[in-house]
Order: sequence, then structure tokens, then C-alpha cells
Amino acid sequence: MSWSWIFKMAWRDSRSNRRKLFLYMAAIIVGVAAQVAITSFRVNLNQSINNQAKELLGADLEVGRNAPFEAELQAYLDSLSPDQAEMLDFNSMAYFPKNGATRLSQIMALQPAFPYYGIIETNPAEAANEYAINNGALIDEAMLLQLELEVGDSIKVGFNTYEIIGGIIDIPGQSMANSFFGPRVILPFQGIEESGLLERGSRLRYTTFVKYQPGTEPEIVVDELDAMRDSLDFGFDDVAERRDEVGEAIVYLSNFLNLIGFIALLLGGIGVASSIFVYVRQKIATVAVLRCMGASSNQALAIYLIQATAMGFVGSLIGALSGTLIQLYLPVLVQDFIPVDITLFISWTSILIGLVTGVFISILFALMPLLAVRKISPLFTLRSAQINLMRLLNRVTRFTLFFIVTAGVTSYAWIMLLDLQAAIYFTGGLILCLFILAGFAILIMKGARKFIPSGWNYEWRQGLANLYRPNNQTSTLLLTFGLGVTLISSLYLTQDLLLGTIDFEGEEDLPNLAMFDIQYDQNAGVNQIIEDNGLEIIQNVPIVTMRLQSLQGRLVQEILDDTNRVAERWALNREYRSTYRDTLTLTETLFEGEFIGSFDGYDELVPVSVSYDLMEDLAAEVGDTLVWDVQGIPITSYISSTRMVNWQTPQPNFFVVFPTGVLEPAPQFFATTVNTPNREASINLQREIVIAYPNISAIDVGQIVGTIREFLDRVTFVIQFIGLFSIITGLIVLAGSAATSRFQRIRESVLLRTLGARRRQVVKIQIIEYAFLGILAAFIGLFLSVGTSALIGYFYFNIEFIPNFAILATEVILLITLVLFIGLLNTRGIHSKPPLEILRQEGS
Amino acid sequence: MSAIVGPSGSGKTTLLGLCAGLDQPTSGDVILQGITLSELSEDERARVRNEHVGFVFQTFQLIPTLTAIENVMVPLELRGESTKHVRQRAKDLLIEVGLGDRTHHYPTQLSGGEQQRVAIARAFINQPKILFADEPTGNLDTETGEHIEDLIFDLNKSQQTTLVLVTHDPELAQKCDRIIRIKNGKIDSDTFLEKAEVAG
Repeated sequence: MSWSWIFKMAWRDSRSNRRKLFLYMAAIIVGVAAQVAITSFRVNLNQSINNQAKELLGADLEVGRNAPFEAELQAYLDSLSPDQAEMLDFNSMAYFPKNGATRLSQIMALQPAFPYYGIIETNPAEAANEYAINNGALIDEAMLLQLELEVGDSIKVGFNTYEIIGGIIDIPGQSMANSFFGPRVILPFQGIEESGLLERGSRLRYTTFVKYQPGTEPEIVVDELDAMRDSLDFGFDDVAERRDEVGEAIVYLSNFLNLIGFIALLLGGIGVASSIFVYVRQKIATVAVLRCMGASSNQALAIYLIQATAMGFVGSLIGALSGTLIQLYLPVLVQDFIPVDITLFISWTSILIGLVTGVFISILFALMPLLAVRKISPLFTLRSAQINLMRLLNRVTRFTLFFIVTAGVTSYAWIMLLDLQAAIYFTGGLILCLFILAGFAILIMKGARKFIPSGWNYEWRQGLANLYRPNNQTSTLLLTFGLGVTLISSLYLTQDLLLGTIDFEGEEDLPNLAMFDIQYDQNAGVNQIIEDNGLEIIQNVPIVTMRLQSLQGRLVQEILDDTNRVAERWALNREYRSTYRDTLTLTETLFEGEFIGSFDGYDELVPVSVSYDLMEDLAAEVGDTLVWDVQGIPITSYISSTRMVNWQTPQPNFFVVFPTGVLEPAPQFFATTVNTPNREASINLQREIVIAYPNISAIDVGQIVGTIREFLDRVTFVIQFIGLFSIITGLIVLAGSAATSRFQRIRESVLLRTLGARRRQVVKIQIIEYAFLGILAAFIGLFLSVGTSALIGYFYFNIEFIPNFAILATEVILLITLVLFIGLLNTRGIHSKPPLEILRQEGS
Repeated sequence: MSAIVGPSGSGKTTLLGLCAGLDQPTSGDVILQGITLSELSEDERARVRNEHVGFVFQTFQLIPTLTAIENVMVPLELRGESTKHVRQRAKDLLIEVGLGDRTHHYPTQLSGGEQQRVAIARAFINQPKILFADEPTGNLDTETGEHIEDLIFDLNKSQQTTLVLVTHDPELAQKCDRIIRIKNGKIDSDTFLEKAEVAG
């Protein structure tokens, strides 16, 4: 085989086709750009994490517990190092006297030795060193701006009032996303007890940061802490573990984004396949002549394989360079969620991976039409019949190629997801989508062929006929566009699905303001304030804290030590917040047993109602006995009933409900829910309560919903940005497909004009064809996306899916407009010139 | 020189394709230069064609992305012969067919007659033993067609090639030594014409 001639022939044969080949390349460029951008970004991110590992924690070790440390644990930490900084964190209302605003905030009472690595970045910079000395407060910079506060204004937390010393920009180990659900407030550790917020019932987290002494071996510390963890009930992280956790999260995120970007590459592959098909079809005569002259089938194949590979390489190179530039933008999208500063550099490995992937995909998807080249007979020089390239390949070859392509795609997905089963599901899902899209295209073409009403006028019939005529774009458009639309639309619909579960505003029966941590002696006063504001209390529930002591006669510790234990650790170790009442609420449904609403005293077996999910996690049954440690008093109970609880409502729900008549004497606090008619009423109520009772916290449902919506918007925007690559690829492939049929369309329209058709009629035919294509692509893409979202809702989130018709309608209009635009762009300039002039131009 | 004549659809082109090894018979053998073509694979037949056969088609069948000289060079380049030698030989042939000043033109830049000249040059570059011509003047006007006929016959004579010509033009057929008439896929007659020399 003369390779020199083959390469020469490949080069010569590509002349006059290079513009077309560029269009084929463009389909690969976008997909490779997405891949390289994401892969480069991951490399940069991992490097940044490695370089700033210690700043992820701000210390060498972080130990935390929901209660004060046991003496044994504290003694161990003291023996480890004298360099320790303590922190108490909890949620509480913060009140700003300057403007009367209140906010549920994350309060961190912190000793100034923290952080040992990195700095707390503040504005002004010196505030991080001064807050403890001056007994001041640091508050999230964004909150200062939002509430129009300045350094020197004050903040009241509980009974303590602090001067605002500065705005928090960055805290080691935390991302901006930490402040989404409540602004961060740093207060001096000293004096926090005087706030009155550390009372019984408050949810406090005790944390100690440790800086190792020189010579400390982290692995030994980890082993020793691990041995104590269960018995002393605490959690800990060291730098290596935090780095691994963050790194793992980055891996999952980037793998997921890579998969989304991979879909763009696959679409590009489909574009390549359809383009190469068209290209090879145009080369049948050339190949037949070469075979006549004595070229072997492998020589003929090699010529076009070289062209396809070169096209793939050049396209991948351009894509890789573009991706390297795009990665500069990615940190802007995700910086708020990442706890390190991202340093960017060129990742040559990522560029190489992008190149290899792009070339691989180009060749993989070009294989089928290329192998058909081998079967082109020299007899075609004598016969000019219309050849179906696919039919040149026998069934075994086609199936083998299909298998090779599927295996290639699955392998790549496996590398991305690190999970073979998930990779198989991914490929299976893609293939199913493509089959549905291809099947739909065939159905449309057959339907259009059979069912065009003869009563329609010529333009409509011709426009519809263009859907199935030779060289139509129906399949290409539906496959590429349909898949891209399915992906993007699924993201929007799933996001809407999630938001729908928390959108309670406007539902008058549900509360939109919940107050908690109301002490026993404050309850009447709070209720009075609510009534004085003309508002109705929806729920005023008592809460008693308790721990599980034993289950079915076995002590909790015994069960925890049992290596064959089935019950979940969290259910055994938890501090329960239970309530007592004589009825079920609207969010509960009795599942099994009998709900007993009242009972006399606690000396006998008390019937309790347990939520279904807790019962599963305790591996318990109706009738089982549970002994509770209610703040020192043991109470023996049995499970009289289980309830299904709808946890997704903005009101207190409980794992365990006692009957009335048992817990009334126990130390308790209250939670109260209210429905306020408007935002102003909600703010006024919160302000009055916080001034009178600074320890009480309030959850403003409207604000939380808005925050969650914003958070989800930011998260899904990242995914949608990557998904946009798929849409762009779809557009490129469509444009390419339209361009390849331009000459044929021009000939047709010229012929029609020669026969007497007016320009308006010819344009109308094209509008009808592309409008139909746009509607069909939109319809099938949205149908698939609705199906995908419904399945995700059912199997993954366990939520009923109701499609948002506003989103669907917007997408339909946008898609049709896009397809129409591309289609009409393709026929620009042909209506205004004489027919013969156009034919001459295009023919040359 | 043999002419295969017959009405449209009689099987002339089919017979030509079988003789040239472009197609496989359902039964029987085709023996070209002592080689039984039906025993060979498609690639082996391609090699036989490259060694022994030249083609001229009704529709010229030039490769549109190659220049005139590159089209002519293809058969010898396929054999792996040196480019310098092949290029010179192709240039000489193009001069011989009257296209010495059009070597770098693409087929779309040439008239029908010029394209057929290039095709003839290509057919002769590998010094074939047999030249198959399928209606070589079918797409040309009368005057140009006559020039092409003369060219084919002249080159055929100078290169001592066996010519097998498919045509429906009886005048052209009369210029050959043998006329095979085909009707409904069967040989209707096979006549050797006695001539002192073929008019050219």
C-alpha cells in the first residue's frame, strides 16, 4: 500500500471541500472545548486545594460535638498540643438597632487564635485581629451592604450588644455558599454566655481547633481519635481528610459536568457521522473511479479515514485551545461554592486528553460511513443508481460498529463516573433517547408521506413533503437538537420541581413564619405579642428534649457496640426533641397501630407514636418498648402507632409524639408558627419579639424560599452553562446539515421560479418546512424532558412532578425561532438574483 | 478493435463491466490476459485492472478535485511509481492529446471534449493491454465526438492496445474490426469486418 500516494490523494481530494470540512469540524470544536474547560478547571482546582490544604481547616485538627467535650476527650487534646482555639456556633436572631432589621444568623463565638493557617479576610483588614480585643463583631460583608450598615453600627445577639468592627470576606475552610442560608457573625468567645443563648435546649456546636506540635504524626492522632469516637460521641477532621472530602466533592462535580459536556461531544459525533455520510455520498463516483484504476478497498478507505482524522484533529485542537480560554470563566461560576482561591494555569494534560477524546470521537462516529467506502464497487462508474450507503454494509458489520460505538461511549462515561453501573445507565439512557428521537423522525417522515391532505394548497404540501424527500434534515435535526433540548429542558424542569416543593407562599393554611427556642416562661408573652399584632397562631407546640436509653430491654450503648447492629447510629445517639398532643396534625397520616392522644402519668408504659422513617432506622416494630432519658428521668414507653409524616412543610414535625398527660411537668420550650399577611407584618413581628426575647429565633419562610431559589439558580446555572454547549453543537450541526443541502434547495427554488413561482411562495415553502422541523424538535425534546424530569422526581426525589407550562411554552417559541432563523439564513441571497446566475455561482 | 453494439437496455454495458472485471458473472468465467477473474477477490481484480486495463467512460469520470495532470497520474501512482517519472509521462500524454497548456486546470474548468481527452490520456498512461470505452462520444457534439474517436484510434494504434468499444452509433462501429451485436442480453451476431486499415 503506497502511503505516500494515499496521503497525497487525501490532501488533493480535500480541495474545494475544505469549507464543508470546517463545518464538520465545528461540531467537534464545541464538545472538545467543553471537555477541556472542565478538565483543566478540575486540575487547577485540585492544585489549588493541594497548595492551600491547611487553610481548608485553618488548623491541623478540628474536633466537634453537639455538647461540651467529655473530660477524657479534652484531656487527650490537651496532651496533644497547647495550641487550641475554641468555637461555639449556633443559629440565633441578630438584631440591628440602627434600622430595626432582624436576621436569623450563624453565630460563631471564636477564640482569636483561630485560624492557625490562612487568615480571616475582613474589610477593613485589621478587623480580624481587633474583634476579640475590642469585643466587637464581624459580619458578612454582603449583609452589611444589604442592610446598609457600617463599621461602628451595632448588632444585638441575645442580651449582648456588639459594635460592628468589620465585614467578613473570607473564612478559612468556608465558601461563600456558607452564608447563603444565614449571614455569618463572628463574636468574641469570651462573654458569649452573657448573651443568654447557651441555655438548655439551644442547639450548640462545640468545636476545638488544634495546631500540632512539631513531630506530631497525624496518622497516629487519627487512629487514637477513631478509637474514642463512638464512646465519647464526637466528630473530627484533619487536613488530609478535609482535603480528600473537598477533592472528592470536586471530582463528583467535575465528573458530572464532564458528562454534561460529553453529551455535547456526542452530539458533535452525531454531527460528524451525518456529515461524513453526506460527504462520502458525494464521493461515491470518485471512489468508484479509483477502484476502476486499481485502488484497493483499503486504499480508498484510508484516504477518507485520513481526512476524517485530520478534521477531528484540527477541530479538537481548536476546541482544546478554546476550552483553555473558557476555563478562565469557570471560577466565576463556582467560586462561591469552593473554599479555596482558585489559581489558573494551562493544563497541558487536559489539552492532550481533549485532543485524544476529540479525535477518538471523530473516528468512532465516522467509522460506519467510512467502512461503507470499502464496499463501493467500481461498477458504479457505469451505473448511476442512487446508493444507500448503509445498505452496503452487512448486518453483522452494522451491529459490530454499533457495539463498538456503544462500548466506546460507555468506557468514557465509566472513566468520568468511576462507576460501571452508572456508566451503563448513562449510555443506556442516551441510546434510548436517540432511539426514540430516531423512531420519531421515521414516524414523521412516513406520516408526512402518507397523510398530506390533498386539499391543502401547494406551499403547505411542498413544505411538508420536504420533511421526507431525499437529503432531508428531519433525522439530523431531531437527533441533535432533540437531545440538546431534552438535556437543557430537563435541568430547568427538575429545578422547578425542587423549588415547587418549598414554595409555600400564597398558601394561606400554611405558616410562613416559625419561631423556636421559646422558653416555657416566655411562651405566654410571645403569644400575646402575636395576638396584639392581630395575627393568628397556627401552632404552638411544646418541645421536650430527651435521649433514648434502651430499646426492647437492650441499652443503647450495648446496641451500638454490637457489630451486627441493624439500627442506624444517628437514631440511637440522637438528642430527640419530642412533643405531646392528643391529635394528629394535617401533615401526619396514621400508618399502623392506634394513636393514643392522652395518658395518665409516666409511671406506667406510655404509648408513643413514632414516625415511620424513624421506626425503620431503629429497626423497631409497633409494640416494641423504648426507655427515654428525659433530662434525668427515665420514662418507659411502647410504640402504639407509626405515622407517615410530610417533612416538606414549614412547620414543626416530630419523630416521636407523646400523649398529653405525661410530659407536661418536664422542662420544655416552645415553637410557634404564624401566618403573616405580608412581608412588613412579618418584619414587625420579628422585631418586636427579638427585642423582647433576644433568644428566640425566627424562620421567615418567604426569605428562605427566596434564598433557596437563589442558591438553586446559582447551582443549576453552572450545569446549564455546560449544557449550553450541547445546544450550540446542535445548532452547528443543524447549520452544517442545512449548508450541505443548500445547492439542492437552491436548485429546487430556482426551478420553481423558472416555472413561475413567486418569491413569496418559495419563501413560504421554506418557512413551512423549518417551522414544522422546529415544532417537531421542540415537541419531542420537551416530551422527553418531561418524561426524564418525572422519572427523576419519582425515583430520586420522591416528589410528584407537575410540568411548568410557562417554561415549556417559552422553550417551544425559542426553539422554533432558532430553527427558522438557521433555515432561512441558509437560503439567503437566492431570491433576489436571476435563476441562471445562481446556478452558475453555486455549481462552481 | 471490437465494437459492442445494440439497442438501449440490451446488455452492452453489462457485458463491458463483466469483461473489465467490474462485475461478477452469475455463472461462467471471464478470462482476461489468461487470468480467471472470477477466482480473484475484488482487490485482486483491481490490481489486474491497474496492470492491464484502461477505461474511457461516457461521462468522463474525472475526479473533480484533481487537476488534469493529477487525474492522468492516478493509475501509475497507484502502482507506487516515482512521482517525477509519472508526472513527466502524464505531461507527455496530455501534450499528445492537445492539452499541454491545460495541465493544471480542474475538470470544471474544461469543456466536455477537453475532459474526455484527459480521460483518454489517463486510460493510456499505464500502457494497458486492453482499453474499454463505454460510449466515449455519447455526451459530446458530433464534431468533438469525431475528434475524440480519432484520438482513441490513433493512440490505440500507436500503443498496440486491444480496444473494446461499446456504442450505439453504427458509423463508429463500422470503424472497428469486429462488431458484436447484443440483443436482449444475448449475442445476436459476431462479425469480423475485412479492412485494409481502420479509418482514423
